[in-house]
Amino acid sequence: MNYKWNWGILLEMSPEGQGTYLQMLLSGLSWTLITAACAWVLAFTLGLTIGVVRTLPNRFGRLLGDAYVELFRNIPLLVQLFLWYFVIPELVPKHLGDLIKQMPNASVYTAVLGLGLFMSARVAEQVRSGVLSLPKGQKLAATAMGLTTAQTYRYILLPITLRVMLPPMTSEFLNTIKNTSVALTIGLMELTARARSMQEFSFQVFEAFTVATVLYLVTNLVVTFLMRKLERAVAVPGFLGASASPVAH
Amino acid sequence: MFSNFDFDVIQRSWVYLFRDGMSFTLTLTGLAALSGIVLGTLIAMMRRSKFTLLQKFAAGYVNLIRSLPLVLVIFWFYFLLPYIGQWATGASRPMTVGAFTSALVTFSMFEAAYFSEIMRAGIQAVPSGQTGAAQALGMRYWQVMIYVVLPQAFRSMMPLLLTQTIVLFQDTSLVYVLSITDFLGAASKVAQRDGRLVEMYLFAALVYFVISFVASLAVKQLQRRLAVA
Repeated sequence: MNYKWNWGILLEMSPEGQGTYLQMLLSGLSWTLITAACAWVLAFTLGLTIGVVRTLPNRFGRLLGDAYVELFRNIPLLVQLFLWYFVIPELVPKHLGDLIKQMPNASVYTAVLGLGLFMSARVAEQVRSGVLSLPKGQKLAATAMGLTTAQTYRYILLPITLRVMLPPMTSEFLNTIKNTSVALTIGLMELTARARSMQEFSFQVFEAFTVATVLYLVTNLVVTFLMRKLERAVAVPGFLGASASPVAH
Repeated sequence: MFSNFDFDVIQRSWVYLFRDGMSFTLTLTGLAALSGIVLGTLIAMMRRSKFTLLQKFAAGYVNLIRSLPLVLVIFWFYFLLPYIGQWATGASRPMTVGAFTSALVTFSMFEAAYFSEIMRAGIQAVPSGQTGAAQALGMRYWQVMIYVVLPQAFRSMMPLLLTQTIVLFQDTSLVYVLSITDFLGAASKVAQRDGRLVEMYLFAALVYFVISFVASLAVKQLQRRLAVA
């Protein structure tokens, strides 16, 4: 390979005027993490609600929940981001649309919203299968003890489901971090976008992508490690999910 | 709300969208799924091999790919392939790699990691008595795999493999970052040429939705039939 390696490039100043190339990549990582964290809050809250609704006896709610999941699961994330970024501002009343278009950091908000909704459908699916995987006796016993449906979920079903769900939730959170990179298409300056622009400025393509790769790997390891700790911390001894079960991948 | 819409733009670009765009998307999806499943099966077999080195290599590959965003992997291969081509052919300059080849290699290698996890589960689910019986009949490793284990693994994992292929179908839209004319790329080019972003992106979303939804219903149907059998 006659590629000229030059690792020193990382410490050279980037033409964007925000410090060295390495700092530029690190700032990309921080945008990746901020966007992913905000999107995750949205995804988890919505996903938990919709997932629970899909297990309730109410048929109408179940239908609505199923439709929601199918809608967000069957359109590519990239197309969904385009819809939020290019299409929605045109469809709302004009003054509101103009307001949205003039917003500073519009790509960050759009990425959080689009990614959050996209991931919420996946979380909802996990929550539903988590609740449905519990032994029927749990719910029956709760009903027999006179708990209302709300109490059954609050005190019996959800505390177990959430624990059982921790490993799949770890993967979904990691997916959220990875999927943040799709938002480079709407101008979010996250890690992959930064690596790409470093390649365009400096032509040191493999240094840029190697550093980005390492940063993604480290993020993965840290998140996985923290989630394992959390799993152990909340485990109920001698019960479901108590054995520090391996992450589902 | 839809009063100043121009749905005529879809009719005008119909042929371009489907003959150029969708055929690229479907060809890429089909070929990448096939080679991804073959590669993935090999990786799954390597992970169960008795050679530690093969095992470690396969596990490392799968974990590496699964930690990285697809967009980054698309860029990696796009820039790396010309150099790999040069190294393989011994040419004096980096090889020119076409957009389709680059996308196909990327998606095959990327999806192989995900397919391998499915196939690993499928192979593990075949009772070990089957392998034992086949060995007792004097079959060699490859014979055991090809005639006994893999057919059963494929059969039981077919719904998951197909679901992953639907994911792959949606993921191919990411070749947009290389300005390739797949279905979304075609829609986006028409949208920008005619200034009709709203119509084109809504239409693209609708087409992706219909195809993925119908395909996932078909997979569910198949799953039900397999469950009975």
